[in-house]
Amino acid sequence: MEAAVFISSLVDCCALIFLSVYFIITLSDLECDYINARSCCSKLNKWVVPEMVAQALATVLMLVSMHWFVFLLNLPVASWDAYRYVKVPMGNMGVYDPTEIHNRGQLKSHMKEAMIKLGFHLLCFFIYLYSMILALIND
Amino acid sequence: MGLHQTPAAVTGPPLAAHSDAAAVYPAHPAQMHRYPSLQPVYQSVSGAQTAPPAQTQTQLYTQPSAGAAQLSPSLASLSLQSQPPEALRAVNLLQERSLLPPGAVPPPVPCLPQDLQKINCSPEVFRCTLTSIPQTQSLLNKAKLPLGLLLHPFKDLSQLPVVTSSNIVRCRSCRTYINPFVTFLDARRWKCNLCHRVNDVPEEFMYNPVSGLYGAPHKRPEVQNATIEFIAPSEYMLRPPQPAAYLFVLDVSHNAVETGYLDVVCQTLLESLDSLPGDTRTKIGFITFDSNIHFYNLQEGLSQPQMLIVSDIDDVFLPTPDSLLVNLSECRELVQDLLASLPQMFGQTMETQSALGPALQAAFKLLSPTGGRMTVFQTQLPTIGIGALKPREEPSHRANAKDVQHLSPATDFYKKLALDCSGHHVAVDLFLLSAQYSDLSSLGCISRYSAGSVYFYPSYHKQHSPPQTERLQKDLKRYLTRKIGFEAVMRVRCTKGLSIHTFHGNFFVRSTDLLSLPNVNPDAGFAVQMSIEENLLDLQTVSFQAALLYTSSKGERRIRVHTLCLPVVNSLSDIFAGADVQAITALLASMAVDRCVTASLSDARDALINAAIDSLASFRSSVLSIQQPGLLAPACLRLFPLYILALLKHKAFRTSGSSRLDERVFAMCQLKQQPLVYLMMMVHPGLYRVDELTDEGALNISDRTIPQPRALQLSVEKLSKDAAFLMDCGTVMYLWVGRNCSPVFLTEVLGVESHAAVPLNMNQLPELDTARSSRLRAFVDWLRERRPCHAVLHVIRDESPLKAEFMQNMIEDLSESALSYYEFLLHLQQQISK
Repeated sequence: MEAAVFISSLVDCCALIFLSVYFIITLSDLECDYINARSCCSKLNKWVVPEMVAQALATVLMLVSMHWFVFLLNLPVASWDAYRYVKVPMGNMGVYDPTEIHNRGQLKSHMKEAMIKLGFHLLCFFIYLYSMILALIND
Repeated sequence: MGLHQTPAAVTGPPLAAHSDAAAVYPAHPAQMHRYPSLQPVYQSVSGAQTAPPAQTQTQLYTQPSAGAAQLSPSLASLSLQSQPPEALRAVNLLQERSLLPPGAVPPPVPCLPQDLQKINCSPEVFRCTLTSIPQTQSLLNKAKLPLGLLLHPFKDLSQLPVVTSSNIVRCRSCRTYINPFVTFLDARRWKCNLCHRVNDVPEEFMYNPVSGLYGAPHKRPEVQNATIEFIAPSEYMLRPPQPAAYLFVLDVSHNAVETGYLDVVCQTLLESLDSLPGDTRTKIGFITFDSNIHFYNLQEGLSQPQMLIVSDIDDVFLPTPDSLLVNLSECRELVQDLLASLPQMFGQTMETQSALGPALQAAFKLLSPTGGRMTVFQTQLPTIGIGALKPREEPSHRANAKDVQHLSPATDFYKKLALDCSGHHVAVDLFLLSAQYSDLSSLGCISRYSAGSVYFYPSYHKQHSPPQTERLQKDLKRYLTRKIGFEAVMRVRCTKGLSIHTFHGNFFVRSTDLLSLPNVNPDAGFAVQMSIEENLLDLQTVSFQAALLYTSSKGERRIRVHTLCLPVVNSLSDIFAGADVQAITALLASMAVDRCVTASLSDARDALINAAIDSLASFRSSVLSIQQPGLLAPACLRLFPLYILALLKHKAFRTSGSSRLDERVFAMCQLKQQPLVYLMMMVHPGLYRVDELTDEGALNISDRTIPQPRALQLSVEKLSKDAAFLMDCGTVMYLWVGRNCSPVFLTEVLGVESHAAVPLNMNQLPELDTARSSRLRAFVDWLRERRPCHAVLHVIRDESPLKAEFMQNMIEDLSESALSYYEFLLHLQQQISK
């Protein structure tokens, strides 16, 4: 049972890692002028909700299986995702808005955010891996 | 992947190979050659000629080559000596009352060697908030002043050199156009002033067609003029240049017909049909809408225009594939017929709904194959179809404007449509003529991101407000006949080390510092904010280049390039000495508008006050050697608190008095889209005493003598009952007549017998044959012709209903819940000495 929980959160974490990498690649494409703002933002906006769902899934899994430390580790990221999604002003076209992304250094801050998330997900990946192996051994 | 690559990224044709030139070449042209005055305008200078045999003009190169290092001692000494200490003279604002210069506030002159400054870009086109750039970001942070550029790139210029050349010389790495501030290392190599890369001079460039000389590339017009226009070769076109295409989308609901705007629009359009910019390919079309959308078939050969009605507004389609947007010269009579009959066609309409969203979609479908300009006239809130808006303003909230809501758009439909339009080179201009709340914050998005402009005529009605009618007519005339550029892109480049982080203005930022402007017009201003990413050590000067690539209305692809050069300094006092107070105010206004939308109005107001406090505190602590009591400011920034107070009392940011939300949002749009000169007129109106105009100090322009009265402070204490005063606020002028004004003035200028006989709604100065009348009219006409928008004149006296608005512009006075100028200064002083 433990192993199953950790295996699914490991898979979930892999998906989140791939998503973060995709975000970083798309944002750096925009920085280097390979794509334009509109296509970049529509690509990124498409994956905002799936990312939020995946992160919420991981958090809930940890809550349900009563691993409090990992749950508390995941909770800030999940709530930040939700806050960012809800706080989009009404006139904007999603979390990534093509008219605002070049203003006030938003491109840089989104890049930083994606990097931090990547680091966090890598950390979680190793935590889940270790816990999964422990669980498999103890079974 | 919709949008195409930028044309400016296309690599130019290969540069000519090195040839061994025997001439010794000076390293820096500025060192040794006297730059002649700007070349007179000449056309089509062709540069693609076979080079004549290399005859070196040896007499030009007798001086030894001067290294770039020689520039530094001269500049260093300049920064200490020729920098006028006048700019840094500490002024105690609490004591000195008369701060305004007699005429217009002159822009500061950058501290460059005279020969560089002579060819530098005109401040009317390109202005920087700090004319001496700090060397490091930490120094800039200490000065607490914003660093940014204000551009007016497509301004109507009287003298513009135009160059045709088969290959335009650009830097190989950063693609900067060659400009007067590059360094020539020898006869064949030049060093870019933005990225410092050494490039080769192509063979054709060595020949100067103007003087016929060979071997003097620094004398070519591209290197002699900071503002120049190139005729672009075909590498700069992604598709054949588009024809001028104009589409007019008119609201014909019952409300619209009531206001009577259709008469004015159709009449003005009929008169200006000949002067619409364009050539024989010009296209024109019309769409009208209420709850349905009406198209007009103007095919050549029809006896009269045919109206086609589409009532399915949820899925808009074009009823016929062509002949809705027709060639103007071929179908001219039909167009004239349509314009003559349009006002009567809807005279009896009872439709009250307005389907603006579907009409815009239909118009976009019609214009998207070619691109062009869409002009939308709207008189109410759009009520049905996609993009319908709800009334969000509560009249009860107006009085308590501590926190104004609803400054951001309600829906992203208009923004998305604007981005679609921008991708197809369509610009949308919006004329809003409504009396009720029409959610300008949402509707304005359609213009803001498609490089259009917003015009607002609140409570427009042909009978109830004739000044608005006059204003619409004159503004429309200018709008239809002014110069226009199509499918344009603009790129602003700066020297390595500086980077642009925020843009202000009506355009879409397609990628880092590439601005997509479907239409560019001479009345649009832009602003950018910069930061210093790497320290500018070893640099004496930095340069900025704005390059605008556009299609002229005659189908020619042109590039207008402006280059500005500014010195780099590393002391705080030099930075303050070079501060440009008007540019700083304009940039702060744009930043405050952004802050209003992202945070709140009170945040923006606090930020404005803090800008004044921080910069004056920094001056006091870092630059002043002797601490004196009072509120001290450098002479170049002495008007800064006054301008900040003017902004706080401006319609966009004021909290006192009830201002309608649409008017506030429009004032914010104006702050962001107007060029600097007109913006300052609106923020700080000019007040002049006009009852005793003399010819002393008058200007003589083409046999007219224009009196130049002194600009007065905006305070009631400067008004006196025995005189008449003229206030120039940009779009409106007030002529205030005092109660005891001399009867001579009343009879000779206004044509009335006594003060009580001045009509309450007088808008014209009668053309009387007296000296006073001609002087005043010359002055008013001179003020009026120096701006693109028409200024309505109101003659007011004490009992006029407009007196309240006149008094609201008295910035220095105390008004309900707003500080007077002196109190504001005391508040600043208190905060600084905390």
